Amino acid sequence: MRAGAPVRANGHVAQSVCTRVAQDPVIRVSLLRKTYGRIVAVDDVSFDVHQGEIFGLIGPNGAGKTTTMECIEGLRAPDRGAIAVLGLDPVRDARALQERIGVQLQEAQLQKRITVREAVGLWAALYRISVDGDHLLERLGLTDKRHAWFMTLSGGQKQRLLIALALINDPEVVFLDELTTGLDPQARRTIWELVRGIRARGKTVFLTTHLMEEAERLCDRVAIIDRGKLVDLGSPAALVRRHCPLTSVVVSTDDPAALAGFQAMPAVASVSREGTEHTIRGRADDLVTQVIRYVAEHRLHVDGFRTQSPTLEDVFLQITGHTIRD
Amino acid sequence: MFRGLFRLTWLEIKIFVREPLGVFGTIGVPVLIFVVASRLVGPRLRTGAPGLPAVAAELPVAVSMFVAVSAVLSLVAIMAIYREGGILKRLRATPLRPHTILTAHVLVKLLLSAVTLAAMGLAGRRYFPVGADVSLLSFGVAVLFSTACILSLGFVIASVVPTARFAQPMGALVLYPMLGLSGLFMPLDVLPPALHAVARALPLTYAVSLLQGIWRGEGWIVHAGDVAVLALVFVVCAAVSARVFRWE
Repeated sequence: MRAGAPVRANGHVAQSVCTRVAQDPVIRVSLLRKTYGRIVAVDDVSFDVHQGEIFGLIGPNGAGKTTTMECIEGLRAPDRGAIAVLGLDPVRDARALQERIGVQLQEAQLQKRITVREAVGLWAALYRISVDGDHLLERLGLTDKRHAWFMTLSGGQKQRLLIALALINDPEVVFLDELTTGLDPQARRTIWELVRGIRARGKTVFLTTHLMEEAERLCDRVAIIDRGKLVDLGSPAALVRRHCPLTSVVVSTDDPAALAGFQAMPAVASVSREGTEHTIRGRADDLVTQVIRYVAEHRLHVDGFRTQSPTLEDVFLQITGHTIRD
Repeated sequence: MFRGLFRLTWLEIKIFVREPLGVFGTIGVPVLIFVVASRLVGPRLRTGAPGLPAVAAELPVAVSMFVAVSAVLSLVAIMAIYREGGILKRLRATPLRPHTILTAHVLVKLLLSAVTLAAMGLAGRRYFPVGADVSLLSFGVAVLFSTACILSLGFVIASVVPTARFAQPMGALVLYPMLGLSGLFMPLDVLPPALHAVARALPLTYAVSLLQGIWRGEGWIVHAGDVAVLALVFVVCAAVSARVFRWE
């Protein structure tokens, strides 16, 4: 490995990387640093992104996500550190790289009175290789809107058009910056499906989001960034296991012996009771199985049963000591 | 090198036409003013009435200069709006180069100026006498050449002006004083020496000199110096704006 290889948060990540790297990473960021005046926007961030995965950079607004992404896209020159995308230097090889990546920028706009079809046609003319615009619009559900002006589109339609423009040159890596911010849940789900579709076509997706639910549902791996520093990296499930190993099972039963029974189970950390509702907290890997087995063996009469798993939101709070919305 | 230029130019023309108020302001208003003005001065010109300022006798020169200056202001405003709206930034992430974007807008402006001037010529023909020795083709070429060179000043302003709100006033602040000293309203000779020297350093002065000369029927050879200066202005401004162009 070269000098300046990524510093990994811990052994777990290193291991998962080693099992997957049969080829060079699509994106390699090593000790990236970017300052604006005296503000350090990105502080020695390192990570790899692999072929065919959806990789998310997550963190609150102002954490340095967009700056990191724009350095990787070649739109900003880093102060320090090395970046390689598809083996190219984003600043030095900007032109060659632009042909092979697709970019959707945060809060990007087009000319107010350009039609959907014209925008796609213009973008197609800019690249050496381009896919069929009409087919692309169909894939993104914009066929009905192809003659509409940009200014008349809804937020979700605008985002889908901007995604279409990011895909026009059949890119190997697609960058999506805060692509569902400001969209309603329905539009958001549509976009998530589209992003999964991009991955299904073998592309690598690099996205940023401050929505933990989005990261959890969409990303194969996430890097958590806070105040310019990368605090941890891994699959959402692995991060949850690592930082919030306790899960909760909530069982509603009027059996008076249940409380003591639950407390006696090896995986249990604590049990609290409110009326008939027992909230059992314990190690995620065994807890649910043990509770189900106990309920079955003791023929407990159960009115309700649900599990409450910790989310990336809880992970973020655990790692940084503040919530993502602070 | 200019990939996407014609596609972008054509699109920008279509986008421009979709805003009726803008079309009226850019083409309709100057034509209207020209028709009104030539109805006022035309008859007096024809009868050779005394007391008319030189600018009235050469109304087409003045009008062309105003059309060129408003084209610059409009270019500056559009670039500022595109920058502020993130459109330039989005284009930056494509293989499109800044000079292609600027060139497309210059082509649009030149085309609109040509249309405006042609409309004026048609609408004002009845009122405004054109001397027999005036070659309208030659004059048209001179106007478009001057406009292109003056637009290059717009590149530089457009490349640095931070926000759309400042763009128009900034452009006006730079261009109108230049126009005032250009020799359009008074001959350079009547200016005090200091102002005269300033006027000699301003690019619009050479555009006015060229247009007045061609309108009076003088040959291009006589004005080779003006052409050279304007060409130099274009090259320098294009080089400067290529270096200082800001995408966001």
